[in-house]
Amino acid sequence: MALKPVAPALDDLPTVPSLNPGVMGGLKSYVAVKAHQEPLGFPGELVENWEQAAVAKMGELLGKYKSLRVYLDICVKCGACTDKCHYFLGTGDPKNMPVARQDLMRDIYRYYFTPAGKALGGLVGAKPWTRERLDDWYNYFHQCSQCRRCSLFCPYGIDTAEISMAAREIMDSIGLGQKYCNEIIGKVHKIGNNLGLPEPALIDTLEGLEEDVKEDTGHDIKFPLNVVGADVLLVTPSADFFAEPHVDGLIGYAKVFHQMGLSWTMSSYASEAGNFGMFIGNYEQMKKISMRIRQAALDLKVKRIVFGECGHAWRVAYAFLNTLAGPFDFLDPKYPVPQHILELTRGAILSGALKLDPSANADKIVTVHDSCNIARATRMGPEPGSQFFYPRDVLKAACPKFVDMHPDTTHARTFCCGGGGGLLTDELIDLRIKGAKPRVEALKQAVDQHGVTHMAAMCAICKSQFTKVLPYYGYDMGMVQSVHQLVSNAILLGGNS
Amino acid sequence: MSGLSMFYAALLYVAAGVLVAGLAVKIRQYWTTPAPLKIAVTPAPTTQAGAWLRVGREAVLFESLFYSNRWLWIFAAAFHAGLALVLVRHMRYFVNPVPEVVVLAQPFGVYGGMAMVGGLLVLLARRFVIDRVRYITRPSDILMLLLLIGIGVSGYGMKFANPTDIVAVKAFIMGLYVFDIRDLPVEPPLLAHLFMVALLMIVFPFSKLLHAPGVFFSPSRNQADDPRERRHLAPWAAKLEG
Repeated sequence: MALKPVAPALDDLPTVPSLNPGVMGGLKSYVAVKAHQEPLGFPGELVENWEQAAVAKMGELLGKYKSLRVYLDICVKCGACTDKCHYFLGTGDPKNMPVARQDLMRDIYRYYFTPAGKALGGLVGAKPWTRERLDDWYNYFHQCSQCRRCSLFCPYGIDTAEISMAAREIMDSIGLGQKYCNEIIGKVHKIGNNLGLPEPALIDTLEGLEEDVKEDTGHDIKFPLNVVGADVLLVTPSADFFAEPHVDGLIGYAKVFHQMGLSWTMSSYASEAGNFGMFIGNYEQMKKISMRIRQAALDLKVKRIVFGECGHAWRVAYAFLNTLAGPFDFLDPKYPVPQHILELTRGAILSGALKLDPSANADKIVTVHDSCNIARATRMGPEPGSQFFYPRDVLKAACPKFVDMHPDTTHARTFCCGGGGGLLTDELIDLRIKGAKPRVEALKQAVDQHGVTHMAAMCAICKSQFTKVLPYYGYDMGMVQSVHQLVSNAILLGGNS
Repeated sequence: MSGLSMFYAALLYVAAGVLVAGLAVKIRQYWTTPAPLKIAVTPAPTTQAGAWLRVGREAVLFESLFYSNRWLWIFAAAFHAGLALVLVRHMRYFVNPVPEVVVLAQPFGVYGGMAMVGGLLVLLARRFVIDRVRYITRPSDILMLLLLIGIGVSGYGMKFANPTDIVAVKAFIMGLYVFDIRDLPVEPPLLAHLFMVALLMIVFPFSKLLHAPGVFFSPSRNQADDPRERRHLAPWAAKLEG
């Protein structure tokens, strides 16, 4: 009996709900079947001795990850994180409090790995495996978007994302994977992107875009694919090829490259910026996906790699790519590897190479949603905090009216959109709507007080999530704009074409 | 030399041994476990020196907690700062001659103890009053607070209710250094105090008190934000390089 999901009533900021134990306990994303599991090297179904296998895997990970090793020991249960997670704020389910989510693993860890747990058991919260606890793991570790807001506020920096990644890795290893993530990773290995768009479909799409843009602007803006010898390889989330408003962002990147006179290309082999290997906490998968980008850069003989608008993709690119697929000594050392498209666009605006006419966006009052992964795991320029002011500089150049949302919900304190971390799947829509609540409350405040009409986003998942859930709260999906869509509107073309 | 003195001497030797050896094992474990990826929570310092400064602010000022929960910060800071003062004050039982700074700290240590016990009582009350905190509390979390409160209260018992021959206490402790077991005054508050302190030392390396060394090993805080500038590769990850 599927009820139509309903958005909760919005509160003023900030509101901490009272506890509603178990309210999200039954929400379970689809479990991966053999066809999703086996291509990634995971068992096709739950193995018979899963308890021992899970303990063995946990032991392996404790030796490989300092984060897990330290974070499972040192939490003092102070409760500072308990009111920081958007999924808790939206649902009231206590197991969505970061510390309680961690404790699902910590209780098991205590039982099998610590002298105190072995000697004192329940007194220190140690609990052995049961099927019920494994189900809690599956359901609640797939109600974490790995956004790290809790880690920001934790006095020890305990990062629930590290715990949920390890939990998913353990579950994959015993045959209890999540369909959404593992099916998508399989598509990347097989086809080159999350959406499974093969090369002919990409060519077709990009040709269509060239025609559309020519019709709109009168300029021959190219969307090059697989051009050997181009200077720049653009790697962008595959949603940019057709989803709204993502594709308008892609048009914006193309106009920026065109106007800067840069020779650039995309790759069909590495036609995906996203890397769901991170969501499942699997280093090998994350590396394998990243190596496609290295390979494409080598094959196309480019000098630079630039990433399009995507949050977790930029985390993997900025923070992990050099580790996973480096060293990039074959690229031009003048540029950071990789670069974010906003680094190019902002630089070109400041240098005068790009001219924007903000009156093109005069009908809008724009705010911006800081993507969690960009805000709390990356930079864009040389300075800490550039991940915040680079997009704002560009938006202010492109839009006459820009306002920020409440400071408790922006910059490093930003809330996840509610759909990150491998949760952007239809069967989790109830969680996605409720998880967006804190962000929508801040948006509502900006709408009511400042007349905000549009919210710019710089992540494929954020864009997909907001266009889907904002209507549940009574807002139009067209409120959501790509940052480069607003650039695209305002850019003055010509001069060097 | 009484049997009681023998018992307490043995207890304190064992407690000190467990504390030192247990912490050594855990710190070695934290130290040697690799961090394969750069996971600093940003904005983060771009240099390693800056990252250690960030960790220092966490350890001394509880910076993240300050921005996270101001009331909790006040009482946590009162407890920890109070405890620090009390520890400095207690140095007079462990070193001879007593350094000037320890002498100067004596009157402040008394207030430190009050801040410590007061902070602890609020931290204990939170565990019953705030529903979110009650939910995440395990029995051991309450026992730990009671143990610390017991140490503080028995300490005050010696100072105000049942004055103890502290010269004899110091002689007992100094004797432990040279394996000369001297007589410990038979005063209930003192015996309770020492017993609970020994228990705390034994529990330390097996409990959440590991947050004290652990905060220095938290990769989200102690890493520099420089992944594009410097390639970071853990030994086990290097083996995956083709």
